[in-house]
Order: sequence, then structure tokens, then C-alpha cells
Amino acid sequence: MIVHFEPASEEGIASVVRSAAAERVTLAIVGGGTRAGLGNPVRTDRTLSTRRLSGIVSYNPAEMTMSALAGTPLAEVEAALRAKGQMLSFEPMDHRPIFATSGEPTIGGVFAANVSGPRRYVAGAARDNLLGVRFVNGAGDLIKAGGRVMKNVTGLDLVKLMAGSYGTLGILTEVTFKVLPIPPAAATVVVSGLNDAEAAAAMAETMAQPVEASGAAHLPESVRGRFLDGALPDGAATVLRLEGLADSVDLRVEKLTAALSRFGSVSRLDAEATRLLWAEIRDVKPYADGTRRPLWRVSVAPSAGHQLVAALRLQTGVDAFYDWQGGLVWLRMEADAEAELVRRYVGALGGGHAGLVRAGDDVRARVPAFEPQAPAVVQLTERIRARFDPARIFNPGRMAANV
Amino acid sequence: MPEMIGFLKPKQAVLDRRQEIVADLKDLLPKGCLISEERELKPFETDAFLAYRRLPLAVALPETTEQVAAVLKYCSRYGVPVVPRGAGTSLSGGAIPQEDAVVIGLSKMSRILDIDLFNRTATVQAGVTNLNISEAVSADGFFYAPDPSSQLACTIGGNIGMNSGGAHCLKYGVTTNNLLGVKLVLFDGTVIELGGKALDAAGYDLLGLVCGSEGQLGIVTEATVRLIAKPEGARPVLFGFASSEAAGACVADVIGAGIIPVAMEFMDKPAIEICEAFALAGYPLDVEALLIVEVEGSEAEMDAMLQRIIEVARRHGVTTIRECQSALEAALIWKGRKSAFGATGRIADYICMDGTVPLSQLSHVLRKTGEIVAGYGLRVANVFHAGDGNMHPLILYNINDPEDAARAEAAGNDILKLCVDVGGCLTGEHGVGIEKRDLMLHQYSRNDLDQQMATRAAFDPEWILNPSKVFPLEGRPAA
Ligand SMILES: Cc1cc2nc3c(=O)[nH]c(=O)nc-3n(C[C@H](O)[C@H](O)[C@H](O)COP(=O)(O)OP(=O)(O)OC[C@H]3O[C@@H](n4cnc5c(N)ncnc54)[C@H](O)[C@@H]3O)c2cc1C
Ligand SMILES: Cc1cc2nc3c(=O)[nH]c(=O)nc-3n(C[C@H](O)[C@H](O)[C@H](O)COP(=O)(O)OP(=O)(O)OC[C@H]3O[C@@H](n4cnc5c(N)ncnc54)[C@H](O)[C@@H]3O)c2cc1C
Repeated sequence: MIVHFEPASEEGIASVVRSAAAERVTLAIVGGGTRAGLGNPVRTDRTLSTRRLSGIVSYNPAEMTMSALAGTPLAEVEAALRAKGQMLSFEPMDHRPIFATSGEPTIGGVFAANVSGPRRYVAGAARDNLLGVRFVNGAGDLIKAGGRVMKNVTGLDLVKLMAGSYGTLGILTEVTFKVLPIPPAAATVVVSGLNDAEAAAAMAETMAQPVEASGAAHLPESVRGRFLDGALPDGAATVLRLEGLADSVDLRVEKLTAALSRFGSVSRLDAEATRLLWAEIRDVKPYADGTRRPLWRVSVAPSAGHQLVAALRLQTGVDAFYDWQGGLVWLRMEADAEAELVRRYVGALGGGHAGLVRAGDDVRARVPAFEPQAPAVVQLTERIRARFDPARIFNPGRMAANV
Repeated sequence: MPEMIGFLKPKQAVLDRRQEIVADLKDLLPKGCLISEERELKPFETDAFLAYRRLPLAVALPETTEQVAAVLKYCSRYGVPVVPRGAGTSLSGGAIPQEDAVVIGLSKMSRILDIDLFNRTATVQAGVTNLNISEAVSADGFFYAPDPSSQLACTIGGNIGMNSGGAHCLKYGVTTNNLLGVKLVLFDGTVIELGGKALDAAGYDLLGLVCGSEGQLGIVTEATVRLIAKPEGARPVLFGFASSEAAGACVADVIGAGIIPVAMEFMDKPAIEICEAFALAGYPLDVEALLIVEVEGSEAEMDAMLQRIIEVARRHGVTTIRECQSALEAALIWKGRKSAFGATGRIADYICMDGTVPLSQLSHVLRKTGEIVAGYGLRVANVFHAGDGNMHPLILYNINDPEDAARAEAAGNDILKLCVDVGGCLTGEHGVGIEKRDLMLHQYSRNDLDQQMATRAAFDPEWILNPSKVFPLEGRPAA
């Protein structure tokens, strides 16, 4: 039987960890249980949930920072921010639709998995917005790193290291992060009918213009109808988001429309449609299909995204759409995960990261969820892990065989 | 002068083998790439933290990653400390050598390797200067955002070492937010690549860990950075105030109102006078404090943002508002600001503090800083990145007067402790180096520091790389 712990304090967490370390039993770190599919499946003796370690510790809108206990529901954080006209600029996606899970995503889980959405390619990822952490390491020691100010180079940046470490280095107990004002106005410029390669060129052109696009995605014809209940114009949709003061957005829409009209017919979405569309892109709406068909999240150079998809299409059944100026490819495989093929092509196209986000249990048991790394990096990673969690009690195997 | 900051005791075994080490390293490098004559070593004995000097055992100036790897492999095998060096502009003593160390200088690795405008990246060797990157892509309408005032001289390798910032980082972020990948040579000569043109990488965020690690985790030989399209226009505007407190409060309220200009720089009266005398930038001399606020975008966008900032400034009793009328004026305004340290250096010796504080504490800390420095009978000029709370009090003193120097260091320490006590940190962009090393326990607990040192040891188990820096000399793990 799996023993489940839900300590309500940092000290409680530390004591669960200390006894686990002493007894050499393993712990799964669970936030909301909503991103269960992320990373390799782990089998552990006990689970430790941060659910009861919940609540906003401090929020100072004028300084654009918030501190919250790790188990605080993301929804609570976002509601508090919205009430003051602020937001998490990195737009963490909600994994529940693609995994068909229920439960409450936690702010600790967001940072532990470095969950970041469409604005990431200009405004940074979760890791860029994380200012400070408190965590319990594998010896049960409470450690602080970073702080609550915007600039801090005092010592090694353990904050970055903790972000995206999927609970393999320590249990985050409190996170302090940067927030930004919600832009007062937003619009989306839609270019219709481009093929994937033309879309990549149109998105690169957008980023070369002084219009400060905060979203650049391409939704090929196969997925276009799944967005906005089919309300996007006919043909593939290349979508560019502009945000800011209302007059400025209008000006930039004009400018961008002029720059892109040579690519195809251009139209504009209003603020409400913009909000909805980018939330759907963020949450991978087309592939929230109730299946467990293999889903890859591939990060490559923007110029390589469409080449990857074109190469794969010649070999296997695949559907795809693009975010991050074309550099983030959501790939849904028709049948097999084709891990070897996907990773070989990513390597051949200049490298990047092909993460297997969703697949059946048999596939997840076989295919490493994260791109395998060079041997020297693997060794370094194992040495780091050993310095945080020498007995390897946290989420063993989550990120790689010995990590 | 009596030194308050200690260095590690040089390893006698290494000093004894000096001749042999020099000869061996010569064999590993092309002709002219190893310096060992005392006269030629002199330029490497300190950095911009001038009060401390140590002549290194030798200086290696490799031309390739392979040569860096060969030297590192040799040094770690024989336990010879290594101090990585870019342009030596560190203000915290990060690049100061020690008697038993080989300096590895990256100055010969100064080629731009790849500019990829489609993907908005530049890949450069570590010795390329910060400004070179922006200059290389300027004609195409792009720039590299982090802009330390030393950008003419400092290298991208040094920027990564210190996670450097600059005036325009308020909007665009510091080095770590603009760095996509590095080629890194580990202590034993192993070469690894982290990141690249893709935004995400598998595994731990080692790139984030390396950025700001002050040459203690490895030597960066190449870097891939993010380029950004230049704004349509940019306009610095001067706001004068009758007190430093009013200017500080104005900064907090602008940010608090959700307005984020590209840059928001602060100068107090002494700093204004020093910079104006040097650059003839047209700063008002009848104010107690000045903010340089830069807005960017189209004319209409700049006007709109400026309007909102002026409204806030009026609430704080702004006495002068001066919009620059030409590109020349704008250039002069920035020249004055960016030469602040150099201009100060012409009138006095100074040490530059770098604490960051929460914006709500700016006014309080400015006032206390004045009191602290006056208490030691010294003068201070404040010139800093106000928008992100990153303060730079320049404490003026006479480097040839030992008591004066000791007072300056003591005043600096008091100021940094104050920054930490109000919820800030010891250093926002200049790094710990040797300068703030012994204050680390004021900001961190023993456990916190132990975890950092354990992480460091995972990269460099024998503490070969820049070993006198960052962590207090006492309480280190036994190697
Ligand atoms: C009802 C239920 C069903 C489950 N079903 C599955 C399943 O089908 N497959 C499966 O693999 N696992 C399953 N698990 C285990 C559990 O969901 C996983 O361990 C899960 O990944 C834990 O993260 P999460 O999704 O709850 O947290 P999230 O909050 O979504 O966290 C994502 C990642 O961050 C880590 N994390 C979360 N909070 C912290 C923190 N405070 N500090 C450090 N790291 C943190 C997590 O370990 C995880 O790696 C289930 C758990 C429950 C309670
Ligand atoms: C007048 C003046 C103005 C300044 N203004 C600013 C400013 O606005 N913002 C700011 O942030 N800083 C500023 N600085 C500080 C300094 O310029 C920066 O820290 C700069 O990044 C140092 O670069 P460098 O090439 O001179 O590196 P160095 O001083 O040579 O080295 C800095 C550190 O990085 C390490 N290092 C150097 N190269 C490498 C490498 N290739 N691999 C690994 N480690 C390496 C060194 O060991 C050292 O610890 C200023 C300094 C001066 C003198």
C-alpha cells in the first residue's frame, strides 16, 4: 500500500523527508496531480503532497512580486493577480485538457515543471520570472535561494536550477515570482492560407518589425477549425498577437498588416477573441481529444520547425501546429510515437528538445520522456542530483534513468 | 595598505613548480599565447576593483576551445588554480588572480561565428565584446539587449560570468534572460554544449546555473544570444527633483502604476555634477536628483507613455522636465550616464556598491546611505538602475590613504547589509567576487551556502576554478 503524506508546514515536510531518507524509501512529490503525465512515470513507496501547504504569503502589486506557498492552487494565484490587473506573463498552460486529468494545478508544480506558454519566446519562461525559492532537500534541510528583488547575482543561481527540476532536487515549499500588468488592449493579426514554410517566413518577418509581437503561432488547415469554434477565416491561420495601450495596438496592427499583406490575406481579431485564441493555443486545444495518442512537444530553432514536420510526414502519420514563431511544435502521432525518428530528425535539424508529453503506458515505460543528453551532461546531472538528494528518494527516474 | 579581504594561501607545491608549469603550458599553446614575464603579467594583476592586486603565475591566451580544454585539463591534473578572464572590467574583483593561478584570458577568441536573423540569434566566441554584437546586427535593425555601461570593453564571457545587466534591462531583462546557449569547458577539459537556438533544453537548467557563476563552474568559450528588433524610435527624457527621496518615490510609483519604460536611471547631485563636467550632456545642475527615463516606439507611442510618466512625476513635485530634441542630444544623455564610473574615477578613487532593494525601500535606503557614508567622514555619489532597484552608491576615497580605504570598505559593508536587511540582496549585477564574499553569511544561512557550494563542487570537485571568490574562505568543504 502506498503511504500518502500531506504535511501542512515546511517543518512537516522536512520531517517526512528526513524519515524517508533514514529509511531509504522513495517519495513521489505531488502538487495537484494534474501533470501526472509529465516526465517518466515513477514508482515510489510513498507520496508527499503539497496540497495543504497553501496560501499567498505576500503580494505587493506596486513591486510586481508575489510569494506563495508551493501548494497554492494556480487558480487562486491568478485570481488574486487579476483583481489587481496583473498576471503571470509566462502564461502557464493547463495540462488537464490533454491529459484528461482533474484536480487543481499548484503554483509549485508550475515552477517545478517550468510550465510556460505562448509569450515565453519573448517574455521568458517560468524560470525567468522566478525570483526566489524555499525548498527542502533530500537530507531534510530547508534551503533558501534567490530573493524578492528583480536583479540578484548573489551566489549561484539555484533558483534557475530548481525551476524545471520536476521535484528531483528538492520539494519547493515557497516560491517568489515576478508578475506583470495585464496589457490594457490586445489584438491578433491573422494571415490566412499560408503553408508551413511561408508561415515561418511571415513569423520571422513579424519579429524583424518594431511591433513587439507577443505571440506568433501557425495553425495549419488540419487544426484551424478546432480554434475559436471554427471562427477563424478559411485556410491555415498564421496568428500574431499584439498587446499594449489601445492606440499603440491599433498603430502596430496597421504596421504589421502592411508588412504581411504580401504573404496572404490579413484580418484582425478583437481583444476577446485574442484572449480565447491564445488560451486555446496555450492549452493545445486540437489535441485535447480524450485519447492517449502520442503527443510530442518539440522545441527547435524557429526555422527548423516546419522542416521537421515536413520530414516526418514523408515517414509517418503526424499532425502538427506551431507556437513560438515556429520553434515550438506540437506533434500528435497517428499511431506509434516514432521516438527514434522524431529525435533523429531534431538532431539533424540543429538540435533541440523533443519531449514526449503524452502516450500510452507501454510507450511511456519504454521511451524516455526527455531528450537523452550527452554523456558528459548526464554525468554532471547525476553529480548535481547527488548533491541535493544523495539517497535519490525524490521522484526517482522522473527526468532520466538515474535522475 | 592593509588588506581587509583575504585570498587563499597560495599552494607552495604549485609555486615550487612554476618553471615546469610555464614550460608545459607553452607546449600546449601556439607561440605567443603564454605570458610569464613579470612585466607582461602586470596588466593582469587586478581588474576594475583596483584596491587588490595579485600577480598570477602565468597568463594563457588560447585561440580555440581545444586549447582552453588542454590548459584546463593540465591545470586540474596538477592542482593549479585557474582564473578565467574576459576584459577584466569586473567591479567586484571577480577576475583578480592569485599567485599560484594561471589566468585563462579569452581575449584572442573574439570572432563572431554566426548571425542568424531568421532565428534572431548570434553565436560568438567568448571574447567578443558586448557592443560588438549589437554593432554587427545594427544595420539589419536588430540589437543585443543587455547593455552594461562597460559595453565597449567587456566581453560576452564576462557578462555571462557576472550575469550582467545595464540601463535597458528594465524592459529586456539581464544576461540570463537573453542567453540561449553556451559551449563550456569543464574543470577537467571536457567540453559540453548547453542550449542552442531552441528555447527549451532537456534536463536541469544548467545554462541558468552557469550564467552568473563567476567563472567557478567552467570556462565559456562560445555563446548563443537572442537578438531583438530595434524599436522604431527611442527618447530619453530628464526629470529633475528637489530631493533624492522624491525621485526615488517617483520611480516606485511609475512601476507601481504598471508603466515599464525601457530604462529608468537615477543620479543624485554629486553624480550629476561629475557626469556633466565630463560629458556636457546638458543635465540640469539646479536639481538634487535626476531621473533619465527612456521611452520607445513610434512618436505617438512615446508621447502616450511619457504623458503617463509625467503625471506621476508631477505628483512627486518634479521641478524640471527636459525632452531631448535630437539624436545627438539623446546620445549625449546616455554618454553622460554610461561614463559615470569613469568620470568619477577622474576626480577620486571610488568603490561601487551594487545592492538591490525592493522599490518601496529606495527612498529610505538612499537616505540611510547618505547617513552611513557621512558617518565615516566620506562622500558618496549615487548613479544607478532605479527601475529595478539596483543601487550603485559610489563611495569616494583616497586609495593611497590606508585609513580612508578601510573606512570606505566599512561604509560599503554597512550599506550592503542595509540592502539585505530591507529585503534586498548584496549584488544585482556586479557579482560577489572577493568584494562581497565575506558578507555572504549576512544574506544566506550556513545551509543555504552549503547547498550552493555542494552544487559548485559537482562541477569542480577540487575547487580549481576561481577558488578565492564568492564563498567565504571559512567553512568550505574539504576538497
Ligand atoms: C489521483 C492521482 C493519480 C495519479 N495518476 C498518475 C498517473 O496516471 N501517472 C503518473 O505518472 N503519476 C500519477 N500520479 C502521481 C502524481 O500525479 C505524479 O507524481 C505527478 O506528476 C505529481 O505532480 P502533479 O501532477 O501532482 O503536480 P504538478 O503540480 O502538476 O507537478 C508537476 C511536476 O512538479 C513536481 N512538483 C509538484 N509540486 C512540487 C513541489 N512543491 N516541489 C517540487 N516538485 C514539485 C511534481 O513531482 C511533478 O514532477 C497520480 C497521483 C494522484 C494523486
Ligand atoms: C566603468 C564600468 C561600468 C560598468 N557598468 C556595468 C553595468 O552597467 N552593468 C553591469 O552589470 N556591470 C557593469 N560593470 C562591471 C563589468 O563590466 C561586468 O561585470 C562585465 O560583465 C565584466 O566583463 P569582463 O569581460 O570585463 O569580465 P572580467 O572582469 O574579466 O570577468 C568577470 C567574471 O567573469 C569570469 N569570466 C570572464 N570570462 C569568462 C568566461 N569566458 N567563462 C567563464 N567565466 C568568465 C571571471 O572569472 C570573473 O569572475 C562595469 C564596469 C566598469 C569598469
